[in-house]
Amino acid sequence: MDFLLLSLIKTGLVAFVFLTALAYLQWIERKVIAHVQVRVGPNRVGPHGLLQPLTDTIKLLTKEDLIPAHVNKFFYLLAPVIGVAMALISISVIPFGPKITVPFTSIETYLGLTDLNIGVLVPLACSGIGVYAVALAGWSSNNKYALLGGLRASAQMVSYELPLAVAIAAPLLMHNSLSMREIVESQNVVKWGFLYNWSIFSYFGIPFVAFIIFLICAFAETNRIPFDLPEAENELVAGFHTEYSSMKFAAFFMAEYANMTTICCLAVILFLGGWLPPTPGLDWVPGAVFFASGVLMLYHGTVNLARARDRISLPLFGVIFCGIGVLHWIPVLMPITTPLFWFLSKTLFLLFLYIWVRATLPRFRYDQLMHFAWGWMFPVSIGTLFATGLLVAVWK
Amino acid sequence: MPPPPPVPLVAYLTLSAILFVLGVAGFLIRKNLITMFMSIELMLNAVNLSFVSFSYHLKQTDGHLFTFFVMVVAAAEAAVGLAIILTVFKNRATLMVDEVDSLKL
Amino acid sequence: MDPILFAIFAGIAVVCGIVMVTQRHPIASALSLIGVMGSLAVLYLLLGAEFIAAAQVIVYAGAIMVLFLFVIMLLNAGAEPKPLRSSYLAGFLGVPMVLALMGLLGYLVKRSFPLDVTVRFGDFTGGSAKAVGDALFRKYLLPFEVTSVLVLIAILGAVVLARKEMD
Repeated sequence: MDFLLLSLIKTGLVAFVFLTALAYLQWIERKVIAHVQVRVGPNRVGPHGLLQPLTDTIKLLTKEDLIPAHVNKFFYLLAPVIGVAMALISISVIPFGPKITVPFTSIETYLGLTDLNIGVLVPLACSGIGVYAVALAGWSSNNKYALLGGLRASAQMVSYELPLAVAIAAPLLMHNSLSMREIVESQNVVKWGFLYNWSIFSYFGIPFVAFIIFLICAFAETNRIPFDLPEAENELVAGFHTEYSSMKFAAFFMAEYANMTTICCLAVILFLGGWLPPTPGLDWVPGAVFFASGVLMLYHGTVNLARARDRISLPLFGVIFCGIGVLHWIPVLMPITTPLFWFLSKTLFLLFLYIWVRATLPRFRYDQLMHFAWGWMFPVSIGTLFATGLLVAVWK
Repeated sequence: MPPPPPVPLVAYLTLSAILFVLGVAGFLIRKNLITMFMSIELMLNAVNLSFVSFSYHLKQTDGHLFTFFVMVVAAAEAAVGLAIILTVFKNRATLMVDEVDSLKL
Repeated sequence: MDPILFAIFAGIAVVCGIVMVTQRHPIASALSLIGVMGSLAVLYLLLGAEFIAAAQVIVYAGAIMVLFLFVIMLLNAGAEPKPLRSSYLAGFLGVPMVLALMGLLGYLVKRSFPLDVTVRFGDFTGGSAKAVGDALFRKYLLPFEVTSVLVLIAILGAVVLARKEMD
């Protein structure tokens, strides 16, 4: 099959899945936060509120597209475009799995859109350009709260990009490559007979420190709680997107979730072994997980029915999940589904961590934020880099 | 459809020359300190493009290294230059070069 | 594919360069400069300089220009006022001289290489991070160390200049 057609199909598939996942990520966030705070969360539209993202999208699409009179129109409209474009571009260098053969054909292809030999730098570059979206939105809105938010955001993102980059350098030193695929391949070594050599498991856990630094900086880069100073609602109304409404607001929203997802994928690839399972011989686990949850749903939906309104939805989802579980056990599909399962479950865990932290921690004060970046994160990341470099030099 | 002819190296160098001249013109036309500073950056970028094209032609990496050093120096220059501009603005409340005309306040 | 990409991004670079020079508002100038830098990064990729392209976007467009934008916003710099009296001499001499400089450079460039020296994507692979790093830490180690000292001095200078109590 010719390269262009294959790339087009893969791009369409990834774009569809990614955008749907972004919409549902917001549903997951609302549900998880609700349960952390002992609430129910969205549950009116569809079973368990599962159609909520759809209605939200329709609402945002059909709202009046308002442009305030006092804004600088060109830059005001440009900012969300830059934001969402830069957020969506970086998913194209993320590899989701190894080289596979499409079942029932002889087409061989990589799971993932492309593999550049400067792959790791692409998300960094995109987040670097993404700063302009926030800064421009703040400035062009011609609103003091928006401007303060924009200034805070640009200072914060530039400051935290430094320790982030240094934390990334530690696994790059260990795996001696900038290509994400090669980084994961280089972790594909079993050590002590039972453990895959994920970055965080090697060199006495020093890369684990780098991983923690990376996570903290990732929170700051994506403007999430506890670093959401640019949009601190009780100080700045809504920060840089105060003056934005309808689709333009949705664009910023989407950019935030896309950035979150991409940076979690990056963390999984650099530190958590990408699509590799923790130990060898776990090929039965993905199917078992889905099958067990399906059986659980069937049990609660039929035998032990807690709420009357679940009597259709829970058995239905139970059957679907059992089906997905069986799908994971089909030998032909296994080379595709198993790596994808591990990759996605690790990414989802990190995303869950994001939401968990949002539900738990309060916000930093601005001077604390800056002091934390330059006084703690930066020295610690440099120290980690030195230690890793030393160990790599001694070991190799 | 026949494939279009390949790009001559001269095209890259000409682009570099155009950008350089634009930078010079901007430096001379504009009165705003920051914009003048940005024109200098444009000239540096134009020269970088020449370096990279020559590097391609000679099949050597050295041109890339020069570009790299230019970037580092530009970063240092931006840090100091913008600090100077901030100080000028603090003392004279203007960014126009025409109005910064006394040696001593 | 090469010539199309070159034409598109060279076009963007030139248009952004012209906009940068002619716009009165510094924010517009800064953004068009970012446009120039972005399109130059693509041209670097075409010339096989992947690492430099990434560095161009991360360092130039992502860090240095953010600093510029930050300062413009901080000082709330408005558009330049139209000059009260414009010098006719400047118009009469300036435009021809810029064109002359352009022509001179163009002539030099034209003479330096024949037209059949062409650029094909993928012909040169010395621009990977590996090759650049190798050259940087072997052949150019001393300049590299010197630039690090230069950056340190620049940081000190910026801190001293931007301190609150200036005397």
